[in-house]
Amino acid sequence: MEQSVEKLLRTKHLAHIWCPGCGNGTVLAATVRAIEHLGLDQDKTVIVSGIGCSSRASGYMNFDTLHTAHGRALTFATGIKLARPELTVIVLTGDGDATAIGGNHFIHAARRNIDLTTIVFNNGIYGMTGGQYSPLTPTGSYASTAPYGHIERPFDIAKLAIAAGATYVARGSAYHTKMLADVIIKGIEHTGFSVIDAVTQCPTSFGRKNKMGAPAAMLEWQRDNAVTVEAAAKLTPEQLAGKFIIGELHRSEAPEYVAEYDKVIARAQKGAKK
Amino acid sequence: MALEIKKEWCKGCGICVHFCPKKVLVLDELGKIFTRDIDKCVECGLCELRCPDFCFTLRKGKGEKVS
Ligand SMILES: Cc1ncc(C[n+]2csc(CCOP(=O)(O)OP(=O)(O)O)c2C)c(N)n1
Repeated sequence: MEQSVEKLLRTKHLAHIWCPGCGNGTVLAATVRAIEHLGLDQDKTVIVSGIGCSSRASGYMNFDTLHTAHGRALTFATGIKLARPELTVIVLTGDGDATAIGGNHFIHAARRNIDLTTIVFNNGIYGMTGGQYSPLTPTGSYASTAPYGHIERPFDIAKLAIAAGATYVARGSAYHTKMLADVIIKGIEHTGFSVIDAVTQCPTSFGRKNKMGAPAAMLEWQRDNAVTVEAAAKLTPEQLAGKFIIGELHRSEAPEYVAEYDKVIARAQKGAKK
Repeated sequence: MALEIKKEWCKGCGICVHFCPKKVLVLDELGKIFTRDIDKCVECGLCELRCPDFCFTLRKGKGEKVS
């Protein structure tokens, strides 16, 4: 870990609890590198997480942190942002946390375009509870609850976020860790609901079941199957089958929820004076 | 630069060993990281970048420092 980001971690709680080769540490590192790059004040930055292996990340970060209930990170984060709009609020969540139990909160946070940055640690599985499939588990892969292969189609979380109203959507991976930090920076800078899909490896629950090899081989899988937005624009859907697109996927402008809410407060106060 | 290694945080996942371009890093008999020939290190920082357990820090100085 670079000297410059050591102060952003609660090093006294390391080594962390994650399995050997788990990519959560890499996504966490990209997150603190992004925060360091932006020079965010540790006392004005709040980290909120849900439940899952990935949601343990908040506990290692030297900020005001909140480890909440399964699927509910966005609800706590919404409350914090509304009460204290001047704070930078970053949400850390797993693919199960964000799109299964927390799926409803996810689409509505996107719909409101509330100024939060959500980083989805997407390992395609419920890591913490023993490798059950999640709404992002790819069709045909194996999970403890799909021993004969998964028949469901996964959400495309980026398309889901865009359709629901998110105004910044990007994807990186544990392998493309510098690009990941870069899109996290842009997501935090963006005013509105930002979603960063961070593709990461779970060697224990996903990798073993799907015979993906050692953690380094799982990182190479990310390297070999990621296609940049620019390259993807020149490829056919057939050529893109089984690949994932990395980079900035969407950016738009829309009224931000807290700013709109402030206008309501102003209107109500004017009304009260009459 | 000196490579500082936090051996007590190492879980032996092998990611740094795999990506080290100079094959400086190896796992010992207990499956923990150590450097075989630190003089070959080109300070590329890939271990610092890729280690999911924050074991490596490039600091001012020379050689290797294990803590
Ligand atoms: C209300 C509730 N239901 C179920 C659980 C059990 N549970 C804990 S973590 C988890 C899934 C975690 O998966 P994901 O969000 O993908 O995170 P990962 O562990 O893979 O990082 C579940 C179902 C819980 N803690 N609370």
